[in-house]
Amino acid sequence: MTSEAAPGPRDIAVVAFAQSDTLRTTSDVSEVEMLMPVLHDVRAQTGLKTADIGFTCSGSCDYLAGRAFSFTLALDGVGAWPPISESHVEMDGAWALYEAWTKLLSGDADTALVYSYGKSSPGSLRDVLTRQLDPYYVAPLWPDSVALAALQAQALIDAGDTDEPELAAIGARSRATDNPHAQLKGPVPHGDYLVRPLRTGDCPPIGDGAAAVILAAGERARQLCARPAWIRGIDHRIEAHSLGVRDLTDSPSARLAAEKAGAFERPVDTAELHAPFTSQEVVLRKALRLGDEVLVNPSGGALAANPMMAAGLARIGEAAARIHRGESDRALAHATSGPCLQQNLVAVLEGDPR
Amino acid sequence: MSAVLKAPLVVEFPFTRSLGPVQSAFLTALRHRVVLGVKTRDGRTLVPPVEYDPVTAEEISELVHVGITGTVTTWAWNHEPRRGQPLDTPFAWVLVKLDGADTALLHALDAPGPDAVRTGMRVRIRWAEEPTGAITDIACFEPYDGDESTVTVHAGEFEDPVTGIVAQARLDYTYSPGRAQTAYIKALAEHRAVGERCPSCQKVYVPPRGACPTCGVATSEQVEVGPGGTVTTFCIVNIKAKNLDIEVPYVYAHIALDGADLALHGRIGGIPYDQVRMGLRVEPVWNEGGSYPDHYRPTGEPDADYETYKELL
Ligand SMILES: [Zn+2]
Repeated sequence: MTSEAAPGPRDIAVVAFAQSDTLRTTSDVSEVEMLMPVLHDVRAQTGLKTADIGFTCSGSCDYLAGRAFSFTLALDGVGAWPPISESHVEMDGAWALYEAWTKLLSGDADTALVYSYGKSSPGSLRDVLTRQLDPYYVAPLWPDSVALAALQAQALIDAGDTDEPELAAIGARSRATDNPHAQLKGPVPHGDYLVRPLRTGDCPPIGDGAAAVILAAGERARQLCARPAWIRGIDHRIEAHSLGVRDLTDSPSARLAAEKAGAFERPVDTAELHAPFTSQEVVLRKALRLGDEVLVNPSGGALAANPMMAAGLARIGEAAARIHRGESDRALAHATSGPCLQQNLVAVLEGDPR
Repeated sequence: MSAVLKAPLVVEFPFTRSLGPVQSAFLTALRHRVVLGVKTRDGRTLVPPVEYDPVTAEEISELVHVGITGTVTTWAWNHEPRRGQPLDTPFAWVLVKLDGADTALLHALDAPGPDAVRTGMRVRIRWAEEPTGAITDIACFEPYDGDESTVTVHAGEFEDPVTGIVAQARLDYTYSPGRAQTAYIKALAEHRAVGERCPSCQKVYVPPRGACPTCGVATSEQVEVGPGGTVTTFCIVNIKAKNLDIEVPYVYAHIALDGADLALHGRIGGIPYDQVRMGLRVEPVWNEGGSYPDHYRPTGEPDADYETYKELL
């Protein structure tokens, strides 16, 4: 290196987003058959072919459908010949996007395909998710995902941060979306208690689906998209795995990720939050300092469609698509993983000035 | 299109896990109906105890005896208990801060109904009748209106320490192979082999998985292949597999069915194992009522020329 200043970090943008419908069951198609149309869609938006893409990264989880190494079969849908530069995370695709973003930052690639998919319908999702918990002290009790979210909801109610009518309103607002891919839309009753204080309407629908985005750096992004959604910052943080150590009414990891991503430097106009339970939107709005002037989850969020492993990536994709369409200038996208918002990723996206 | 196949799939296995020193002391103590916490350097007592401070990541090991009574910090009423959960009658999930602890433990609370539960209520441990050195040695919590338990320092040393746990995992799925493989499996049951052709590169995949892995596009045109095929490569199996009633040594081969552009696997029979060779022409053999070929046997045709199958190796 000379004494000249090193070049600054590259500008990287989301230039395309595609998603499948989220459906309660997709037994007529295999995972690759479900995923392929989404990959074709996202590539068609940019005109890129597989061979044009510098890096491919995916997110999925074999536990969902009970199929070992399903992600290697999913690669059949990418067309990985001649051999491609590829990686996989056993996480939501939002974290695959993070890996792809670092790859592009390093200059190793100018474009990246990120996709993720999940089929929850073959198994019993509430039970499957217990297997991600501490295997010594927690998993042997089989506390299901709704039960853990309900403990968090009760803590919020006890703290005076929310009440059941507010939770019902969050569910209703989310499902008032016009998102054509959503699984639950329109008036949905708050319903009976599933695990009190959470009612069926406070919980996400269980469904199968897939999502994909394409990232591009610098001028390449401008060639591929009329109004790229520039990633101004992205960060992810995790909290202790033991629920009894955490303050369940707060999300310091989401707040820190947002701070590191630059979310608090200027106001955002839109936020796509990955809050599978109504009560978790309450936590996130507080941690991310989102006021009533911010449009939250116009896509319906995870309460309208929550394909495991794809719902977080879809939040980034939905926020980016609003920027592409000129409906947002600066948006926050959030993804979560683990019980009670254990791990959180925040991305800040911006469009060029209009 | 005919309906896709479905079948139950049970994934079940015991996880054998070793314990660190703090976990071992905690679970050993539970077997003795004692609860231990661990002290952090800033004086907090963590229950359940962990090997490393969740805030500073420092290794921690100073064990403390905490109470078997405590206070509910949050709760959730579970009116439909699920398999494996601590109680099979309606109960409350609770986080309980035991007396002397600064953090809360997740468990079940046996209570008559949601109206009997509230944050701040006092509870005590109900022990399992036959402790084994696991978190389930706490059968559950129950409501309690007595005094706080006393707390003493504890070395955490017991005879016969628990050094590991065996965690049973069972998940039930309904497996569906999807459209393409359903068609393949249904044809097999009729003693036919059906592949699918890629519309882009024209290759015929057997068994089909619905996509061409080279081109990344859907395959859909069905192509009947076989029944004859060519051994492209093989190996001699000398170790008897568990639950498999086949005498060793036997030959397991890659077989390119006539018309297929991908070899599938199969066992070769009807010929001594040391006479199997690349290029051998074979055909499937079906057992009575079999839904897939039991094995492949020589057809007696002359061996295939290497040039005809070298691309399929
Ligand atoms: Zn092809």
